[in-house]
Amino acid sequence: MSATTERPRLAVGRIGERLPREDAVPKVTGEFSYASDLSTPGMLWGDTLRSPHAHARVVSIDVTAALGLPGIHGALTHEDVPGKKLYGLEFADQPVLAIDRVRYVGEPVALVVAEHPEQARRALEAIVVEYEPLEPVVDMERALEQEPLHPDRPTMGHGYRDDRRPNVVRHLVIRHGDPDIAGDVVVTGTYELGIQDQAFLGPESGLAIPDGEGGVDIHVATQWLHVDRDQVAPCLDLRPEQVRLHLSGVGGSFGGREDLSMQIHSALLALHTGRPVKMVYDRAESFTGHVHRHPARIRCEHRATRDGRLTSVRMQILLDGGAYASSSTAVASNAASFGLGPYRVDNALIETTAVYTNNPPCGAMRGFGAVQTCFAAEAQMDQLAAELGLDPVELRLLNALEPGDSLPTGQVIEGSLPTREVIRRAAALPVPDQETLPRDPLRLPGGTGNTTTGEGIRRGVGFALGFKNICYSEGFDDFCAARVVLHADGSAVVHSAAAEVGQGVVGVMLQVARTELGTDEVTLAPHTTATVGSAGSTSASRMTWMAAGAVRDACRAALEERERRGGGEVDVERVHRHPRTTPLDPETGQITGERAHVALAVAAMRVVVEVDVELGLTRVVWVGTAQDVGKAVNPLALEGQIEGGTAQGLGLALMEEIVTRNGAIQNASFTDYLIPTALDMPPVEIELVEVPEPDAPYGVKGVGEPPTVVSTAAIVSAMRAATGRPLTRAPVRPDDICL
Amino acid sequence: MEVFRPSTLDEALRLRAEHPQARPIQGGTDVMVELTFGDARPEALLDLSELAELRGFAEEDGLLRLGAGLTYTEAMQTPLASRLPALAEASRTVGSPQIRNRGTIGGNLGTASPAGDALPPLLAERAEVELASARGTRTMPLAEFLLGVKRTALAPGELVTAVRVRPCEGPQTFAKVGQRNAMVIAICSLAVVVDAEAGEVRAAFGSSAVTARCVVVPLAEAAELPERVVEAASPIDDVRATAAYRRHALRVLAARTLERCLRT
Repeated sequence: MSATTERPRLAVGRIGERLPREDAVPKVTGEFSYASDLSTPGMLWGDTLRSPHAHARVVSIDVTAALGLPGIHGALTHEDVPGKKLYGLEFADQPVLAIDRVRYVGEPVALVVAEHPEQARRALEAIVVEYEPLEPVVDMERALEQEPLHPDRPTMGHGYRDDRRPNVVRHLVIRHGDPDIAGDVVVTGTYELGIQDQAFLGPESGLAIPDGEGGVDIHVATQWLHVDRDQVAPCLDLRPEQVRLHLSGVGGSFGGREDLSMQIHSALLALHTGRPVKMVYDRAESFTGHVHRHPARIRCEHRATRDGRLTSVRMQILLDGGAYASSSTAVASNAASFGLGPYRVDNALIETTAVYTNNPPCGAMRGFGAVQTCFAAEAQMDQLAAELGLDPVELRLLNALEPGDSLPTGQVIEGSLPTREVIRRAAALPVPDQETLPRDPLRLPGGTGNTTTGEGIRRGVGFALGFKNICYSEGFDDFCAARVVLHADGSAVVHSAAAEVGQGVVGVMLQVARTELGTDEVTLAPHTTATVGSAGSTSASRMTWMAAGAVRDACRAALEERERRGGGEVDVERVHRHPRTTPLDPETGQITGERAHVALAVAAMRVVVEVDVELGLTRVVWVGTAQDVGKAVNPLALEGQIEGGTAQGLGLALMEEIVTRNGAIQNASFTDYLIPTALDMPPVEIELVEVPEPDAPYGVKGVGEPPTVVSTAAIVSAMRAATGRPLTRAPVRPDDICL
Repeated sequence: MEVFRPSTLDEALRLRAEHPQARPIQGGTDVMVELTFGDARPEALLDLSELAELRGFAEEDGLLRLGAGLTYTEAMQTPLASRLPALAEASRTVGSPQIRNRGTIGGNLGTASPAGDALPPLLAERAEVELASARGTRTMPLAEFLLGVKRTALAPGELVTAVRVRPCEGPQTFAKVGQRNAMVIAICSLAVVVDAEAGEVRAAFGSSAVTARCVVVPLAEAAELPERVVEAASPIDDVRATAAYRRHALRVLAARTLERCLRT
């Protein structure tokens, strides 16, 4: 062993090298500049008045008293929104500011702008809003019979399956083969998941600066600059080019920054005052400032032959989308498409219903519908293995979905999907021996709490398999632009609007450009809508694929252009597209073209837990996982994604839940919304399975979501093994184990 | 907001009398959270962190005097940790290392949350609270000092200056249930002290009544401790746990901590 430590290398490497992140040290030391650190001379502060009611009619809003307070430069309501009054990611149903009705606790009602944030806060208290409270719709089953919350819905002639029941956002039925076919054994179960929050550390923040010519520059932490622009501009009644979005330091996103938060609001205030306006949500406000993971209720019936082959599966999936549509239509589709898990099932009936309620709005979160169904499907597979007396790993191998097989939507898998390989590799990882007693309390359930010296401890080993899609689906015209400027001296600048949210796309783009151009002299220009076309969203595990493709294409085009011109400076922009998808048939849920999903990625996970069965406390001892990654562009960053994704799934398994009462969040703080600490996360043994994706640049696949999809299921599987309890709800509460 | 920063205890007591609206602040791990959340908007703060009189601890004739400014980190270190092991174990469960470096025993008493981690071990040790004002100094049993949820017997003009404890020689321990392995507010907690000299076992619990509470049983009836603890508790359902779980967990903790003490 060497006595000297190697200095960490900055990201100057090529594809396939292990490279530390350039922002790693500044983030740990606190020097990294986040959107909440934005500042400019003459800046004012905006703040938001939010609804205290889950459901109410807005009778009147009076801002007169607020306007008379010191330091106040304006107070705006829906009447001050110059353009479209509604916006939305997939379906425009959300008011920029409440008009005549509020539909969730925390819905924006009015805005103020002041010299100082404290003045703004006091001005909010001076706004008088008269509400007429209405009965809130808070139960997702009852929502189907209660009064509709919206006059128009995606299910009313907008290309989705029509459904006249009140409050249905999407109703998708996938019928595959003959779902009534019998099996030798049948297992049934009903599973539930609570509302998980992205719990990113950097709250919603941004700075809007008027350009003096009627337009505005918005510096913000987001996931997709161009789609923000395309939603903001119509509400401001501006042309898209008059609204420029610039990426600021993002403190995590996990889907929670797909929807707009303060973008339109800050721009309205900036244009109203003619001065820069900053908005920063505090932690409690952040919990109402973004959408969450859909809570779900999933009913399953799995039938199989005596030797363990699945013959048919029925699944009924109910998702609570909360007050507005957000991305509920796509989440519902994903839940249905991947509901069965990566298994070959010739006969299935999958019915997914996403509903409106007056609960907090739900939308995108890492895993996007597949997390919820994986939890249910994998519990069913464990139950089936127990019923048949089969080893759970063998049962999964026997039914593994592989290329050439069909998804229940009829799509034949043509890309890479090494399901058996990930199962075998994960199952082969050696499980650590049980540690001897006595032990440091930190190595026992209960941790620092010192609750046991070994009493009540049961060990359990669990296994789960999960998969989901890579890239956007169902006919979405998804593309990614990149622009490369090659200087005469051989150095290059890459322009991209790809949002770096902590996942590492900055490193990926540099690695690709350096590999393609054969030089280390490559830098990245700031991410903005002003100098380059859309990169699409940092979502759906798509950005490594799409940005790598776009940068590769632009680099190759730039080299050709320079060759053609015989030298000098060249500047080219290219757009990368993945293979086209087509929508699912609204009636049958079957594909209408070759595919509804671009590609798939699968992960297997083996988990060891120790549960104190008398107190219901759990320590996750060890996690081993094998993941299908296509091609590892930067194995170090990839392992970070797997560890982080696993931690997020561990949170959902053991502690993370937004608790509501009559629609109001009861734990909007990191004191009471618990996320795992370093003392809750075990080491993760990682096997990267590299089977190149034929349609992807360099064979890459996205890697951010599969660990989150599979880990909740795997951890709770181990807890069932330890406790012998069914544990059908996540997060598992201590009561579920010991009462 | 005005901030007073006295450098001596006398000056602090004078300011306390002159500015009754000023909120005392020591490590700030409770007060700053209240300010950030907007739960408290005091007109002024009285910063006690510079007062040498409140720092550290001293021992005289077996009586320990823990300054109100004693941090959790200090309570976890020897020699104090060997004199009051349950307090050291409780301190270890408080927040993160950074919070334990700032947070103090005096602050825990001043806040008087039913979940205050230092309170059960001090109650089980029959600690007394030292209260000072411009009028003089008095002491009272901790059990009488704690009146309700964040309510104490602190009189106008008074500050908590110290906790006085005569550690009993018998075994003692502390345990706390939270839904995470660290940095978590107690769902319930329990400290047990076996006082052979007094012929009794004392158990004090947190987060299961309006204040931390102490239960005493004769040593000969120690086996009844778990049931007595549950009888004394009046937990509620809240966002962290159900009352039923708290009762169950208290019973388990009482049995386990008692067994831990008796087998040593």
